[in-house]
Amino acid sequence: MQEQTSKALSNFEGKPNEVIPMLQAVQDETGYLPEEAIRDIADLIGIPESKVYGTATFYSQFYFSPRGKHSIKVCLGTACHVRGGMQVMDALERELGIKAGETTADFKFNLERVNCVGSCALAPVVMVGDNVFGRLVPKQAKEVLEKSDPEV
Amino acid sequence: MIQKFDTIEKEALEALEKEQNNDIPQIYVGCATCGNATGAQSVVQTIKNKLKKEDFKAEIKEVGCIGMCFAEVLVDVIKPGQPRVSYHGVTPEIAEEIVESYVINDDHRPDLALGYFGEGGPEDVERIDAGDVFKNQQRVILKNCGVIDPENINEYIARGGYRGLAEALEMKQEDIIGVLKDSGLRGRGGAGFPAGRKWESCLKPQADQKYVICNADEGDPGAFMDRSVLEGDPHSVIEGMIIAGYTIGSSKGYFYVRAEYPLAIKRLRRAIAQAKEKNLLGENILGTGFNFELEIFQGAGAFVCGESTALVMSIEGNRGWPKPLPRPRTTEEGLWGKPTLLNNVKTFSVVPQILSKGAEWFRGIGTEGSPGTAVFALTGKINRSGLIEVPMGIELDKIIHEIGGGILDDRKFKAVQTGGPSGGCLPEDKLHLSVDFDTLLEAGSMMGSGGMVVIDETTCMVDVARYFLDFTFEESCGQCVPCRQGTQQMLEVLNDICEGRGREGDIEHLLELGDAIIKGSICGLGQTAPNPVLSTIQYFQDEYEAHIKDHTCPALVCKNLIVYHIDEEKCTACGRCRKACPVEAISGEKKVPHKIDQELCTKCGICFQECPERFSAVERLTGKENLAAAARGRLTDV
Ligand SMILES: Cc1cc2nc3c(=O)[nH]c(=O)nc-3n(C[C@H](O)[C@H](O)[C@H](O)COP(=O)(O)O)c2cc1C
Ligand code: SF4
Ligand code: SF4
Ligand code: SF4
Ligand code: FES
Ligand code: FES
Repeated sequence: MQEQTSKALSNFEGKPNEVIPMLQAVQDETGYLPEEAIRDIADLIGIPESKVYGTATFYSQFYFSPRGKHSIKVCLGTACHVRGGMQVMDALERELGIKAGETTADFKFNLERVNCVGSCALAPVVMVGDNVFGRLVPKQAKEVLEKSDPEV
Repeated sequence: MIQKFDTIEKEALEALEKEQNNDIPQIYVGCATCGNATGAQSVVQTIKNKLKKEDFKAEIKEVGCIGMCFAEVLVDVIKPGQPRVSYHGVTPEIAEEIVESYVINDDHRPDLALGYFGEGGPEDVERIDAGDVFKNQQRVILKNCGVIDPENINEYIARGGYRGLAEALEMKQEDIIGVLKDSGLRGRGGAGFPAGRKWESCLKPQADQKYVICNADEGDPGAFMDRSVLEGDPHSVIEGMIIAGYTIGSSKGYFYVRAEYPLAIKRLRRAIAQAKEKNLLGENILGTGFNFELEIFQGAGAFVCGESTALVMSIEGNRGWPKPLPRPRTTEEGLWGKPTLLNNVKTFSVVPQILSKGAEWFRGIGTEGSPGTAVFALTGKINRSGLIEVPMGIELDKIIHEIGGGILDDRKFKAVQTGGPSGGCLPEDKLHLSVDFDTLLEAGSMMGSGGMVVIDETTCMVDVARYFLDFTFEESCGQCVPCRQGTQQMLEVLNDICEGRGREGDIEHLLELGDAIIKGSICGLGQTAPNPVLSTIQYFQDEYEAHIKDHTCPALVCKNLIVYHIDEEKCTACGRCRKACPVEAISGEKKVPHKIDQELCTKCGICFQECPERFSAVERLTGKENLAAAARGRLTDV
């Protein structure tokens, strides 16, 4: 983990305005923001850890605990909402036994809601990695999970 | 200097001629986000394999978005001397057939073709650009999207690109602003502020450094116009920003791009590198001594960062909090306290064309008060979802019924939503209205940055209002009490109404809260947050009242106000719903009509979708009486 963090931060000079790009670089590398990384960033820039936290928690892009192997992104943009996205979300929550924003106990899946992924013609849409599942009805929830992880 | 550009242009054309062999068929595959989502990449691969296998030569090109999302995957074929034939809904199998039949042989496959562009096409397929989708459109901002390869700067130059910059560099800064003012261009980010005036107020202040920022945060949760422009024609935005830099005297620009746009970021990086290579960006641009650098800053998922002062805070490395009032204007004191020019993606992208074609040309499109075109992501309950561009002043009705092809499944139109979380919903009797900044605002909605969501009778307007309020409440930065607590209170009232706890006086309460939020908020997020609620109350008050007084959701959407019920007369006991119900709430045997246990039912709606249409035995009931009967377990008595 430490190694990944150092690698992610190696290209920065440590200027105060680099906080967000640094957080992004770490998260790209490790999938979330480990506590040590926040500390490293604070040290590198020379500002208190709390300031880095304050910035990071403001933005919804950042996660503070490890996440699942597959991110199930349920689009609840306006078009998907009016075409039944919430019913699909409910079905996925039921199948996985977790709520939106949570990760399954085996770290296989995490479930999140996203805004328009640019495929409104296919609404409602769920994205897993680069795969887009469109025109979904709730009963297809299981199918989405099976196709995303062959071991399910 | 112009000579210098002439040389660059000539070289670009020569390079293209070399790269591009027009004596062989050209194949275009739509590879924007929505094309890729539908499988464009595997279509590209299949075509390549097939050509190789048949040992046949054709050029294959991955292009951006042409806007016909409803028809993806789109493959266009241009054979020497023939018009562009467009195929829709292409799968890898269909792609093989197209290559076999039309690319290699001469059967254009009317069964697979959507139509053709231009003149002189085959008679048994439609001419697309004269049909409903395109005849009402006018492509200015999107003119290159889906037409050029966005990763090849030469193609952009070949279509007139960077000539606007070359011409601007010969002009006096005041004169460029003069052209912009004459053109009447208004910002495309939503508010429609006159661009010429904004640029002018950035030119005036003396400063050792100034900044240009492109707002590509695209916060509207249901829209993708700016992304399509960045993905399909990145150079047009870059060119606009360089011109802006020259005009206001800035040497540094930023793209503030929404975090979830990886393809747009990749295309921008590439385009920036190519422009630098050609000396159109970077140091001593075209030998004029003017320097301009561009940097990409990725947003991190906060809607409020689309607001100018919050965006600046975010680039500086802080939380994206809008600056408190009274605050200096960003044009005078923006990024790092320096004069800063912020415009939307589409605003920058149209500037080069205005400079090369003239203010008159631009004014000739659209209306007196809102010249030019409007780009919309047309979505929702509509037959042809897609990215469209229309002259300002067009009637809403034309967009929905002609370009959009009417309502999905022949249902009844109810409302059209524009402006996203800041905007409003307009009903059927407003469909004659002209699409322009002022008319939409007057009617209680707004132009917005381009989201247009069509709503039909099966969508609940109270639920739509709640959807947007939920969004603004979540996204409120929390600085102002009226915004933070007001949106929360509004959301609670809306939740109550949707869940059957609505009370007399709720509508008035919402109006009062709305008023307080508008008055007490310091940034546009709060100031416009009540709009979705206010406009739905204005036009759909009866729906609110039905929820409150009768616990009726006329659109049969609000879960707590509906019950699922099986009509014994219609049920054939086929058992499909029973097997599909995830919570085993349905009981029944062979030949015995099935029944739903209301205590177990979670209202997931699966049985409703499962019951074959020819039986349609599962129904949704709403209203106080039905709900009460269901609670007593005696729904069949109703
Ligand atoms: C909460 C909020 C979010 C906004 N989001 C965006 C956005 O995503 N894109 C955008 O161009 N403008 C957005 N704006 C408007 C900008 O503040 C600004 O007016 C605009 O970028 C100026 O560009 P224009 O004059 O070219 O329209 C937002 C405003 C507010 C208050
Ligand atoms: S109006 Fe809302 S979003 Fe804007 S500054 Fe105030 S609290 Fe923040
Ligand atoms: S709505 Fe869902 S939970 Fe209720 S009966 Fe039908 S399938 Fe079962
Ligand atoms: S699917 Fe329809 S017809 Fe079949 S058992 Fe269920 S309600 Fe009856
Ligand atoms: S709203 Fe879901 S893809 Fe656009
Ligand atoms: S056709 Fe371009 S986004 Fe759909």
